[in-house]
Amino acid sequence: MVNSLDLQASFEATLEGLGLSPGAAHLLWLPLPMVLVLVAAVVGVLVNVWLERKISAAVQQRIGPEYAGALGILQPMADGLKLLFKEDIIPARADGLLFTLGPVLVLVPVILSWLVVPFGQTMLISNVGIGIFLWIALSSIQPIGLLMSGYASNNKYSLLGGLRAAAQSISYEIPLALAVLAIVMMSNSLSTVDIVNQQTGAGILSWNIWRQPVGFVIFWICALAECERLPFDLPEAEEELVAGYQTEYAGMKFALFYLGSYINLVLSALLVSVLYLGGWSFPIPVEWLAGWLGQPLDAAPVQVITASLGIVMTVLKAYLLVFFAILLRWTVPRVRIDQLLDLGWKFLLPIALVNLLVTAGLKLAFPGVFGG
Amino acid sequence: MTIASTTQQICFAVLSLTLVVGAFGVVLLPNIVYSAFLLGGVFLSVAGLYLLLNASFVAAAQILVYVGAVNVLILFAIMLVNKREDLSAIPGLAVRRLLSALVCAGLFVLLVRVAFTTPWALPGPASIGEEATARIGEHLFSDYLLPFELASVLLLMAMIGAIVLARRDVFASDVITGEPADQGLLEKARTPLLTSKP
Repeated sequence: MVNSLDLQASFEATLEGLGLSPGAAHLLWLPLPMVLVLVAAVVGVLVNVWLERKISAAVQQRIGPEYAGALGILQPMADGLKLLFKEDIIPARADGLLFTLGPVLVLVPVILSWLVVPFGQTMLISNVGIGIFLWIALSSIQPIGLLMSGYASNNKYSLLGGLRAAAQSISYEIPLALAVLAIVMMSNSLSTVDIVNQQTGAGILSWNIWRQPVGFVIFWICALAECERLPFDLPEAEEELVAGYQTEYAGMKFALFYLGSYINLVLSALLVSVLYLGGWSFPIPVEWLAGWLGQPLDAAPVQVITASLGIVMTVLKAYLLVFFAILLRWTVPRVRIDQLLDLGWKFLLPIALVNLLVTAGLKLAFPGVFGG
Repeated sequence: MTIASTTQQICFAVLSLTLVVGAFGVVLLPNIVYSAFLLGGVFLSVAGLYLLLNASFVAAAQILVYVGAVNVLILFAIMLVNKREDLSAIPGLAVRRLLSALVCAGLFVLLVRVAFTTPWALPGPASIGEEATARIGEHLFSDYLLPFELASVLLLMAMIGAIVLARRDVFASDVITGEPADQGLLEKARTPLLTSKP
């Protein structure tokens, strides 16, 4: 697909038309997508928090927040402001430096991973060749931040919570990576854009979820475990345990954990939609639609419409998955730590390996359908 | 000088600085937990250097393996035996430190000499960028197959060793007390060490 909206080229062409050098135009372009994606991530979290409160309330037949703005839509802002104004407490005899660095190390890799989330053919910060592998590598930094904050709190519950969280994160990373590997094998590329392009062609029928149903379930379970969502929220388990590695945290440092976990949830949902649900593609290919309407695909208004449709589709699929995650929270009971590790190592890991093997066999047998 | 090359040089300077300072911190800091966390920083800086060399796959693999697995395991080991006490004084510590410093300095001098006397082909081979992933795969399954398989055998041996050490019930008798091991229970109560004393 060559004929897609290229904002970078048109932006730089406009600036060069104003008399700037190509280097300066490129330098002015560089921060724009980064800031845009950062804002999108934070706004995504605000929407997510509001949805979580409203859907949880609906599940429990409550009303939920309703006074802050229409339908309580400003409630997440109020939550954020409250956390911002709270006192920043570092417990006595805690390790101040590591205590501060821990939440940062949890948050930064999650935000960096947004580098590879595509919203359209050219609508991502950087189409790096190692794409999805970069996300897996970055998410493996997180356990260090968890261990660091657990250790630095000088509290035995925090230390145990940190160890548990890190153990959970490590065990579920392996089936997650194996599920991704099956997808990568089918699309012959690690790049997220190529993975989506491999799923276009026949609209909803060519999405990976039909070719990788087992992989989809494995990936979704592992993504929930990585985000520490119920039924896998053992490290926090707010009703039963003290809050694990977050016990001693207050104010903005706690907000970093909170932000990190919600950004991670949105990111995982986006990546599920990229890997299994066709990313930005519409259930009916836009090429067919444009053909039926008799519109050329490379006309400027059509390009703007298809690009907006792509963004809407990506976000819609992601928030549909977020909705399922929130419903799961009130449907499934929490597992115990031994059940959690059993599920990860003795069930998901063998299934993921078998899935990989079957995918390889199917790829050899039917190269047309499973990517040759 | 273009913007790209300036950025590259600044990045190289910052990464090298964090690498060297962090490595010194790993060796010299008395607190083992700080050393372990700094080791993670050193691994990350090395990954950054790989990125500067256009080896993005190697950089990501470095983060995944060294930061995500090796360093986390080191931290686990330290935190499971979490003791905040100082180590007991070892006799002749000053002499030991002097000797190890001498060995390290000698190794450093040797490496510097090798680095300066080797005729490096400059500029080196052109980077293949994004094709590197496929190229590494081809090498792993052709001329580097034997080292690759040997590494996996080594890991398998380490894994079996860890299982044997962790699961006492595979032995017929307890390694420490010599009593016949209870096959049914994984965590059985140890006989206290001080029972014979009144």
